[in-house]
Amino acid sequence: MESVRKKDVPVVTVLDPKFKYEVAREPGGENIKYCFQCGTCTSGCKVAELDSKYNPRKIIKMVILGMRERVLSGDFIWLCATCYTCHERCPQDVRIPEVMNALKNIAVREGYIHPAFRAQAELIAGHGRLYEIDELANEKRTDWGLTEIPQGCPEVAEIYGITGLFDLLSREVGGKT
Amino acid sequence: MKMAVFLGCTVPVRNLSYELSAKRVAGELGLELVDIPEFSCCGYPIKSVHHETAYLLAARNLALAEERGLDICTLCSACTSVLTEVSYELATNEALLDATSETLGMLGKKYSGKVRVKHFVRVLYEDVGLKSIERAIKRPLDMFRIASHYGCHYLKPSKIYDRFDHPEAPESLDRLVSATGAFAVDYRTKKDCCGGAILGVDEETALSMARAKLDDISDRGADAINLICPFCSVMYGANQRKIAANHNVKYDLPILYYPQILGLAMGISHEELGLMQNPIRPRALLAKIS
Ligand code: SF4
Ligand code: SF4
Ligand code: SF4
Ligand code: SF4
Repeated sequence: MESVRKKDVPVVTVLDPKFKYEVAREPGGENIKYCFQCGTCTSGCKVAELDSKYNPRKIIKMVILGMRERVLSGDFIWLCATCYTCHERCPQDVRIPEVMNALKNIAVREGYIHPAFRAQAELIAGHGRLYEIDELANEKRTDWGLTEIPQGCPEVAEIYGITGLFDLLSREVGGKT
Repeated sequence: MKMAVFLGCTVPVRNLSYELSAKRVAGELGLELVDIPEFSCCGYPIKSVHHETAYLLAARNLALAEERGLDICTLCSACTSVLTEVSYELATNEALLDATSETLGMLGKKYSGKVRVKHFVRVLYEDVGLKSIERAIKRPLDMFRIASHYGCHYLKPSKIYDRFDHPEAPESLDRLVSATGAFAVDYRTKKDCCGGAILGVDEETALSMARAKLDDISDRGADAINLICPFCSVMYGANQRKIAANHNVKYDLPILYYPQILGLAMGISHEELGLMQNPIRPRALLAKIS
């Protein structure tokens, strides 16, 4: 199926041979250079089994070849469920879910954040958590005999400010704020 | 034994019965769980977006526990994963610890790398111990067949979890289920992930991942699925009806959190364990014990 070339997906001929070093400098991306393409990761990956868009071995090879734009702009890097099955099994300790995280971090800097992740990052900045703890939630907790929880956590937004994450979240494609 | 309990974002809003039963059972077993109101999100969802921010969120939480001289006990497997990872990295990488402490200093906090993190169920397994648990059983659940879903982040990456259980052939949850007198159901897809982490990216694939396991566990004639993570509960509990409707199948598989199973076996009433507040009401199951 995948060997049939899709007419609307152009062949990538512009390669960036430095891309693999860029990924290897990113936290979690260090071991990408050791991959010898055995395919152990893909063969045990439940996501790859169900969704032909996702193939960890192929993504690693695309990075090594230097297909920077195709990889960073693609939805597929966001499809790793971080189940760590391949992480346990990879004979070269490539640590694939961490490599995917490294790629996602670079993609965010290039303005390619996945909307679901942007939404989560914004919620956490606002409430200090994924879900707001409002009065109703606390009332229910007290009814159950559980402790109340403060409604926000301003230090989380402070951390975003220190690391520059707010700026990154407003970035557009091309990496400009 | 005293630990800080890290609730995370999801449990204290969406899975109160998990929190309630865990605290109740812990109390009975001499495990004191201390709430720290200043805890925030663990940082897990941010790791995909900005590594440094995720590490700082996790480190800030670790620092809050360290201030009180406590280790952390978690209920959510995803929280367990990022907190364990950051605790491990900061304990083994001095340069990273220095840089992190410096930034935490801007928030008036400090962290010196001492806090250890364990999932609640791992604490039961390793610290409370199967023997004490067996001694606390007053109503053996020998009428139940229970299938455990380990999920991923409870065990893996195994290196940062000191390989306390085998990632390819885990047994801790099954042994904890057996300790309650229930029959621990073995099944083919036991090690598979529920798909929760990609629910917002590709719902169809995520729900298909969850479906494979629901099918398998149903075929094995289990009375319930044993869960230890609120995300897995979203997939197998909250989404069970949707999966059944989408795929035109039928399930009758309540989900239970491990402390609820243990609590029942310890003779605690189902009301005190919040069983009827679970996403799927375990009516048939409760009829079996009364
Ligand atoms: S298992 Fe490791 S070495 Fe093999 S293809 Fe995957 S990343 Fe490369
Ligand atoms: S960690 Fe990601 S790539 Fe590896 S098996 Fe799981 S979903 Fe697939
Ligand atoms: S893993 Fe999820 S539930 Fe746990 S604290 Fe983090 S964001 Fe919240
Ligand atoms: S969502 Fe999947 S990856 Fe996350 S804890 Fe549940 S089983 Fe593991």
